[in-house]
Amino acid sequence: MSIILNKDTKVIVQGITGKTAMFHTKQMLEYGTKIVAGVTPGKAGQVVEGVPVFNTVQDAVEATGATASVVFVPPRFAADSIMEGTEAGLDLVVCITEHVPVQDMIKVRAYMEGKKTRLIGPNCPGILTVDEAKLGIIPGYIYKKGHVGVISRSGTLTYEASFQLSQAGLGQTTAVGIGGDPVKGTDFIDALKLFKDDDDTKALIMIGEIGGTAEEDAAKWIAENMPNKPVVGFIAGVQAPPGKRMGHAGAIIAGGKGTAADKIKALNAVGIEVAENVAQIGETMVRVLKKAGLYDQCHTC
Amino acid sequence: MNIHEYQSKQVLKSFGVNVPNGKPAFTVEEAVEAARGLNSKVTVVKAQIHAGGRGKAGGVKIAKSLDEVKGYAAELLGKVLVTHQTGPEGKKVGRLLIEEGSNIAKEYYLSFVNDRSTAKVVMIGSEEGGMEIEKVAAESPEKIIKEYIDISVGLLPFQATRMAYKMNFKPEVIRKASAVMLKLYDAFIGKDCSQVEINPLVVTAEDDVICLDAKLNFDDSALFRHPDIAELRDETEEDAKERWAAEEGLNYVNLGGDVACMVNGAGLAMATVDILKYYGGDPANFLDVGGSSTPEKIATAFEIMLDGGQSKGIFVNIFGGINRCDVIAEGIQKAAQIIAEKTGSDGIPVPVVVRLEGTNVELGRKILTDNPVKNVIMAPTMEGGAQTIVGLVKEAEKNG
Repeated sequence: MSIILNKDTKVIVQGITGKTAMFHTKQMLEYGTKIVAGVTPGKAGQVVEGVPVFNTVQDAVEATGATASVVFVPPRFAADSIMEGTEAGLDLVVCITEHVPVQDMIKVRAYMEGKKTRLIGPNCPGILTVDEAKLGIIPGYIYKKGHVGVISRSGTLTYEASFQLSQAGLGQTTAVGIGGDPVKGTDFIDALKLFKDDDDTKALIMIGEIGGTAEEDAAKWIAENMPNKPVVGFIAGVQAPPGKRMGHAGAIIAGGKGTAADKIKALNAVGIEVAENVAQIGETMVRVLKKAGLYDQCHTC
Repeated sequence: MNIHEYQSKQVLKSFGVNVPNGKPAFTVEEAVEAARGLNSKVTVVKAQIHAGGRGKAGGVKIAKSLDEVKGYAAELLGKVLVTHQTGPEGKKVGRLLIEEGSNIAKEYYLSFVNDRSTAKVVMIGSEEGGMEIEKVAAESPEKIIKEYIDISVGLLPFQATRMAYKMNFKPEVIRKASAVMLKLYDAFIGKDCSQVEINPLVVTAEDDVICLDAKLNFDDSALFRHPDIAELRDETEEDAKERWAAEEGLNYVNLGGDVACMVNGAGLAMATVDILKYYGGDPANFLDVGGSSTPEKIATAFEIMLDGGQSKGIFVNIFGGINRCDVIAEGIQKAAQIIAEKTGSDGIPVPVVVRLEGTNVELGRKILTDNPVKNVIMAPTMEGGAQTIVGLVKEAEKNG
């Protein structure tokens, strides 16, 4: 079991003829992802890594029956690509592109309202279901099969946390990088809802950072809806000065809101342990699992 | 991106928004000339810095004659203003806005922002103008009015009218107030703003509705479609190292301390700053070298960290994803060479602790152990590495 993505998911790569997209198409195929089509307008008929290229998402869907896509197009075209995937009726669009204008994303969200497509990103590393498939740029070799789910706003912290879990012998189900932009698709609560219903996922790591109140909202949701699945938190940016954008567009303390201290407090208040520093994510999870009597079950590798 | 108040007002004026007549001035002479041109009974001399709280810090002066304008301009130009937003070091005033005085009857607050939790543009209004809005929100939240806007149809006139009524504008100016709101929304969307804040929006004794102050921030990711806005950047407002890093495609924020760090990925970079502090260090910076590094870029990152002698030690914390550890290792070697050539020394002058993990980690470690670089120490773990660099910097401080 897993969430969102598995080895049978048929995937389109939007912008497949770009250099980065080509590199990662190869990586995704090697990991086992069922990539059935690529899309770049004007490049229909070409073949990239054995994958046929189409002019439009609609053509690709009609020819292959694909239900998901991963977007690797430049920022100024990213919103359009997401909406094209939505219009074609895909279940899932994952947008890796960084620096998408915020108002483009507000339009995208308005366009997607009431439609069935799930968006992950933009500005995210993507999603990986261990030993089955991955969409995006997450390095696959870090992961071992098991029972811990990973949700993160940051790419490298997704890898760091997953690596620490594997080192500690705690395999994973699915890792979701939800991205570092202020306006995005899937947020913590959306991902938590899916993990809640996945029986294979026994515990979760949730990695947040400064900016916004998504972590606070998630803490409240967990307390009310998922009391029996242990969650370990980590929040980056304790030392971040207010008003400064710390790399991610969404990582900014504005108007006194979105500080790491507030988030840690909100998580602790509902009984969620927060790793004291980034090197202690794995050991914190070990401790929490032992306390919950789930360690033996989760010690899979 | 931030711009100055006078620039914000010029942008708003181009959208038909009422702002007081005024002109920027870079010298005392220009200030007097501008005031003469305004020919106003009362002239306001406003320091232009990228920070709020200027009034309280003495950066806004009311002049009743050209002589007074001259005096205030001389006083303010070159002065370092310390406000609650500048930090203790303050900001030096290099420009003034010379503006006609307004006959204020009442002050209001109005702003537009992109709201992350609803993914909508929101208009925020309050009849408590001229105060810090965070303070109003904390003390009397019922006085904060919000209108969420559907971007596919834009701000609707009824929403603007409703906001004007809820903000308690008097009947005579309701139409004027809602008209200003609609124009401000056009500016917000038209220029890809991340924030438009008018504080105060005023009603004058003559029943005009004008933007007495204006603060516009822009979405950096959308500047490619607004070259006119990109040109308004005032580089003197930015930290020199931050500017240098941005030009090189590096994400750098100066934090003022002496333990530097170089990291890949924004999240890990923030977490690295935190772990240095956790072990008692004083972080010098946040530095994300990004996903596609070259040895040359790594070398530049080292130059930036070492510039001006700020850093007494460097922690390199890499989790190779797209970035390969061997490229980082080569970059460290290259940095040592470049620094040696430029300074005529034998390499990097401060201790460097390197933690490598992820893609090609064995190769990266081999490069640095086979050909050791002066002052570079390998750390087997992140935790150990952070503790080591903090210890080495403390030792260096003790030895003077």
